[in-house]
Amino acid sequence: MKNLVKTLLGASIIALSAMPASAATLDDVKKAGTLRCGVNTGLPGFGYQGDDGEWLGFDVDYCRAVAAAVFDGDGTKVQFTPLSAVQRFPALQNNEVDLLARNTTWTMNRDTALGLNFVGVNYYDGQGFMVRKDLDVTSALQLSGATVCVQSGTTTELNLTDYFRSNNMEFQPVVIESQNDVNTAYEQGRCDVLTTDASGLYASRLELANPDEHVVLPEIISKEPLGPLVRQGDEQWFDIVKWVHFGLLNAEELGVNQDNVDEMVNSENPDVRRLLGQDGNFGADVGLTNDWMVKVIKAVGNYGEIFDRNIGPDTPLKIQRGLNALWTKGGLQYAPPVR
Amino acid sequence: MRDPKTRGLIIQIVLIIAITAFAAWLISNTMQNLTRSKIASGFGFLNYRAGFDIGQVPIDYTANSSYGRALVVGIVNTILVSGAGIALATIVGFIVGIARLSHNYLLRGLATIYVETFRNIPPLLVILFWYFGVLTVLPLPKDAIEFPLSTYLSNRGLQMPAARFDAIAIWSVLALIAGIVGAWLLSRRARAMQLQTGQRPSILWPVLGLLIGLPLVVFAVTGFPMTFEIPKATRFNLSGGWHVRPEFLALFLALSFYTAAFIAEIVRAGIIAVSKGQTEAASALGLSRRLTLRLVVVPQAFRVIIPPLTSQYLNLTKNSSLGLAVGYPELVAIGSTVLNQTGQSVEVVAIWMLSYLGLSLSVAAFMNWFNARAALVER
Repeated sequence: MKNLVKTLLGASIIALSAMPASAATLDDVKKAGTLRCGVNTGLPGFGYQGDDGEWLGFDVDYCRAVAAAVFDGDGTKVQFTPLSAVQRFPALQNNEVDLLARNTTWTMNRDTALGLNFVGVNYYDGQGFMVRKDLDVTSALQLSGATVCVQSGTTTELNLTDYFRSNNMEFQPVVIESQNDVNTAYEQGRCDVLTTDASGLYASRLELANPDEHVVLPEIISKEPLGPLVRQGDEQWFDIVKWVHFGLLNAEELGVNQDNVDEMVNSENPDVRRLLGQDGNFGADVGLTNDWMVKVIKAVGNYGEIFDRNIGPDTPLKIQRGLNALWTKGGLQYAPPVR
Repeated sequence: MRDPKTRGLIIQIVLIIAITAFAAWLISNTMQNLTRSKIASGFGFLNYRAGFDIGQVPIDYTANSSYGRALVVGIVNTILVSGAGIALATIVGFIVGIARLSHNYLLRGLATIYVETFRNIPPLLVILFWYFGVLTVLPLPKDAIEFPLSTYLSNRGLQMPAARFDAIAIWSVLALIAGIVGAWLLSRRARAMQLQTGQRPSILWPVLGLLIGLPLVVFAVTGFPMTFEIPKATRFNLSGGWHVRPEFLALFLALSFYTAAFIAEIVRAGIIAVSKGQTEAASALGLSRRLTLRLVVVPQAFRVIIPPLTSQYLNLTKNSSLGLAVGYPELVAIGSTVLNQTGQSVEVVAIWMLSYLGLSLSVAAFMNWFNARAALVER
């Protein structure tokens, strides 16, 4: 019930707080000495705590990248706040976190009516289905009449209903609040199908007793562009997080990585020189130092390195780049130039 | 100011002004903060299409219904599980409470263990225990346990044939209502005769005839207008028929057995509170043991039991919001889906609060009425 309490708390903060949310997030973060980052309560590969309690994951590295940009290369100055699907938006709206990097789908409603801004898409995802192998289901179109386990408070619930309706199929939903309990219910056989974003399915499958007895179906039924987001109304902070994201993508495209960044500073390539702050005044224009990207890459690496380290083919999740490959390699990841 | 009456009046007026001002400040501050944070507000979203499905729909609802309708489904589901839970908790609570006073050592011991176990575990754990416990023990639908009359039990819940009535069956319902009215009139007459003559005429058979016989005869005359829908195995599930889902079962059983532990203690206290002199006086008057219990002990115990019992009913109703954890689609579960789809957190939280306030006040109002009836009438 912690979640409920937090939601209620969020609502009462809106009702009771007299202080306007400060517009200068960068100054606040610098003054506080830590970046407050909202992350998943536990999604392997994306946002979870390791054995020693340290936060790890793809989204977690985005928090560290922003911290490195703000705190002169120190990516450890982050205070992580694990948030459930229901808590995440009130937490950001009420200034309890400065940045939300929690595999959150970019939708128009969230971008406009909720007073939030998505900075970009750091992971192109889509909703999929997982079933037991012994059901002999090979396509999601054979799922009519099935019982489907789904987490509450996500876009997943809507996509699920839309997909089954548009294919004239019926289903029975079992909607549970915590993803862990959803997984347990699926494993106990309460439902035939587990549905969430494909990335989450691979992560959940790892946690089942016998991952090999379960299969992810080929259909992807929705667009789930996941990305970090900030509050509306602070353009400078919005720009900083947005350009950290673009900087990570540009770094991969230009071949700048954690190992060679010190040498690349001396590169003759004008694109690299601008990215790493050798030419121009790009860092200072968003309120950072000009070598901000050097600091970021030293701390977490470029986009490709973050991907490979947390969720790539060599990790337990074994996710291929697919749509998340750079545009130069047939994917969708494309960043505006630093110019 | 010396006059205590005037002073009291002034204090009250000042207090009312302060509270009104605080409420006004709260509302305007909320609106200002929402506008400043660029968060949309208002209750217009209640009319928008919900677009999500709900597992247990006691009233008409599809994904095309509105958010408002979805919330009503949540309220009805909350009432269903609370009502059923209150009924079972009361029965179990009374049995255990009386067992706690039993002269039988074993019975008394078991009742004590039950009470001490259940009231010392947080309700959420009890609910999760029942849910995952029930799911683990029960088989998959293809290996469902089969009972007579096409009733199946699996980890998808309990499924049994559902009776579907034709429109003409309304006559049987009317006959039942007529039977109830008739039985009430009969018992009134019997009571009047008892007061007049001291003899209570036996009305058991005529009452049974009115309550059961009359509706059955009408049912037969109208040609048994009823069909049964039998659960059938499909590829994944058993579909059709009457379906009790494990989420409901888990929440219902957990809330009932949890609250029953508290009710048992209240019942025990209530019975002990009736002084021994009352029982002795009753036997001195020549009342039998059964009549002593019915006419002397229980009515007096009820006066002690009802007020704390009301609190337990309210607790059970409010604890039903824990259904969120096991996927029972009650008000909070559906509300949090609505909250997440629309982002209207202040509005949804307000709806939650008002709904629970309304439910609790209704339960309290009923129990107060019942309490007033049961209260000692001094002559």
